[in-house]
Amino acid sequence: MAEVMLAADGTPLKRSLARALRRQKIRALGLIAPLLLFVLITFIIPIGSMLFRSVENEIVSNTLPYTVQALSSWDAEQDALPSEDTFQAMFFDMFIAAEAKRHTRLGTRLNYETTGLSSLFRQSGRKLDDIADVSYEPLEDLDKAWDDGETWYALMNARDGTDESLLAEQRGRVARLTDSETLGDINFAPDAEVAALLPLAAREYTAWAIYVATQDGRDPAARDPWEAIAPALALDLQTADLSGYDGPAADMLRAAQDANLPAPDFTAAFAEIDEDWGKRVPWETIKTHSGKFTSGYFLNAVDAQKTADGMAWQPENKQILITLFGRTIWMSMLIMCSCILLGYPIAWLLANLPMRQANLLLILVLLPFWTSLLVRTSAWKVMLQQQGVINDVLVWIGLVADDNRLIIINNQFGTIVSMTHILLPFMILPMYSVMQTIQPTYLRAAKSLGATNWTAFWRVYFPQSIPGIGAGSILVFILAIGYYITPEIVGGTKGVFISNRIAYHISSSLNWGLAAALGTILLVAVLILYWAYDKIVGIDNVKLG
Amino acid sequence: MADTATDQAFVEFERVQKSYDGENLVVKDLNLSMPKGEFLTMLGPSGSGKTTCLMMLAGFETATHGDIRLDGVSINNIPPHKRGIGMVFQNYALFPHMTVAENLSFPLEVRKIGKDEREKKVMRALGMVQMQDFAGRRPAQLSGGQQQRIALARALVFEPELVLMDEPLGALDKQLRETLQFEITRLAHDLGITTVYVTHDQTEALTMSDRVAVFDDGRIQQLAPPDTLYEEPQNSFVAQFIGENNTLMGVIDEIAGETCVVRLDDGSLIDAKPINVTEKGQRTRVSIRPERVEMDKTRLNPDAHTLKAEVLEFIYMGDIFRTRLRVAGSDDFVIKTRNAPDQIRLQPGAQIDIGWMPNDCRALDA
Repeated sequence: MAEVMLAADGTPLKRSLARALRRQKIRALGLIAPLLLFVLITFIIPIGSMLFRSVENEIVSNTLPYTVQALSSWDAEQDALPSEDTFQAMFFDMFIAAEAKRHTRLGTRLNYETTGLSSLFRQSGRKLDDIADVSYEPLEDLDKAWDDGETWYALMNARDGTDESLLAEQRGRVARLTDSETLGDINFAPDAEVAALLPLAAREYTAWAIYVATQDGRDPAARDPWEAIAPALALDLQTADLSGYDGPAADMLRAAQDANLPAPDFTAAFAEIDEDWGKRVPWETIKTHSGKFTSGYFLNAVDAQKTADGMAWQPENKQILITLFGRTIWMSMLIMCSCILLGYPIAWLLANLPMRQANLLLILVLLPFWTSLLVRTSAWKVMLQQQGVINDVLVWIGLVADDNRLIIINNQFGTIVSMTHILLPFMILPMYSVMQTIQPTYLRAAKSLGATNWTAFWRVYFPQSIPGIGAGSILVFILAIGYYITPEIVGGTKGVFISNRIAYHISSSLNWGLAAALGTILLVAVLILYWAYDKIVGIDNVKLG
Repeated sequence: MADTATDQAFVEFERVQKSYDGENLVVKDLNLSMPKGEFLTMLGPSGSGKTTCLMMLAGFETATHGDIRLDGVSINNIPPHKRGIGMVFQNYALFPHMTVAENLSFPLEVRKIGKDEREKKVMRALGMVQMQDFAGRRPAQLSGGQQQRIALARALVFEPELVLMDEPLGALDKQLRETLQFEITRLAHDLGITTVYVTHDQTEALTMSDRVAVFDDGRIQQLAPPDTLYEEPQNSFVAQFIGENNTLMGVIDEIAGETCVVRLDDGSLIDAKPINVTEKGQRTRVSIRPERVEMDKTRLNPDAHTLKAEVLEFIYMGDIFRTRLRVAGSDDFVIKTRNAPDQIRLQPGAQIDIGWMPNDCRALDA
């Protein structure tokens, strides 16, 4: 048996040591805590949220919960159109969504997948009242009391028993729809008997009551319900057995049932609002994208789309993102290579000149750092444009004809030139710090051993400077691949990067899911390249100083 | 005579001067000639110009004036890589990205020597420094002493006739240094290589060299075999720099041939041997080695002058005793006595008489 080492007081040595070190550890943790929190809040959490946003898709099922449920039994391959039940569910979902002004958001979301859905949703939202009026107006004609909110409240509010599950279910529905809290007293609870008798009307009334109480801050007892309650009642009365009911408005309900209160034909009514509802396309889109998570954004990010039959490529004329990814990587490589070519001699000079001259040169290298990025990029715009400095000089020298000035901006050339300039210090500094550690005696030793200047450089100096090149290359490449401002200003249409597309989706098209997917792919690409670099060169060989 | 000297000389500096800034001369009028196979050490304090001389010989610095010849041929305009001189650097300068074997085969590769012969030579060179087992290692995996052996092997692998060493043992601890000193001299003599060795460590210079050139202020102060250098320093700088030395200031009182009498600053008289003093009344610095001071009057010449001394400190150093005395107003006069059974251990405060043989006391420039 292995003997446990004991400290002088008899406790095991390991525990004793751990106790002695604990204080130090806590103190060290305390020192890094502010930074840790800062990084966590400003970096890790936003990135996590971004990654999540690229697959998150709750808006469809939150906005159209009953429609999504009804569509689940619809076989998109066989049936021509979804059933009447689906249209009916769509009506009630859309009605409350329109009141909460959520239907346009959903339209925007679905429009990413199928063009035209945005306006379809927006227009349909306005015309739902017309469908409701099919039942509402006859009901009003039967008895004026139906127009009064108190009648409804008396009918629906709990007397002997409360339908708790309905209340909880509807609280959840409104909460998910409005993305807000719906707990608390709302001065209403659905009556269990009525809820059993008139399930649809009770459901819609409860949802309405929760909505006005929590979102508008009003008392449902004193308000008139939305018109959508009438079609719900009409549908309920088609099957309800009122014989045993003697609660409030019992006679009014019987009268309405006897009068055969008309319910709308939802399929026809929707087709009337917009003929697109009579086609399969919007329904297929909703069904395909009804899951809580979606791969749709990622498929979009690589020029594909999610369809009812699985993945499909975008039409040729809409494929731009893969090209853009390829261009971003290719141009970043070019920029990296030109930085190496331009930076190496400067770094060598910096490391080998006498101190005074080296310091002066270092200041020149660092000078761009002290100038705003925007200013530097704008300066390149001045330099490179057709009436700019470089063209003027070339024309003046006579190398270029005045009517044939070079186009060196708003294309890839412009982006490469200005980004090389901007990123050059990031290449020079790591190379410089590595070269500084290479003693001049190595070159002398090589020469004393018979090597020519070139052999001494190539066989002895260059191999030792590779870690600096590696560090600079990683730095420049990773910075370049995510560059945004410079390509935006001098890149025109041919010289933009994927990050410009991300920015477009963040700020203009508001397709954050796609932006997040593009960003995620970029992040993964960088990580893969980093991994590959580690495998080939070895990250241990990278030195930043 | 001059012609034969030039013919025999393998390495020759003739009136060489070097200036970096155009205002100060780092090397002033250097003349030096070395026969083949000699082990010559350039010794001197830092800034004395010894390393500059070595660099000029290696070709990394150009002489501002004068001629450097190798085997009779002026090499002023030959670039370093064509001089064929092996060199060992202070920090070894082993290429860190190559293995030991690759380091050694580098000079052979640039000389376009075939692979088989290269391997043979590399193994032979590693054998010379007993490092055959380390061929596959990187320099960073070796200790300082091992690295220096490899550096030595690399400088020898292409069989140069002249090897330069720039303080090669400076970074090593004492014991290792002594072992390597012995190994370097053995190799140099066995292979018959002409060696120029630069150091600021006088023990190293004395133990290793055939001849030592003591540098100061851009000049060779004395060029002589180690024993001559120690026992017969030509001026007070050499006397001070090599070994321990007592100095007393005075004026020549009498001078006759090989002996002179010096009146010290406190008025007492002593015997000395005039080295670079010539006339009576000249100011002089007399120099005497601590181990040549005699306390036993019977062992001196009967008419020898003696000095009164007061013992200030007695230091027991094992093999010797070191006693610090106050002599003629100077508080740091040191004598060394052998730790023999009959040796007296002087007590601080004791008054004694000291003297020396006139030959051991050298009257030098002030």
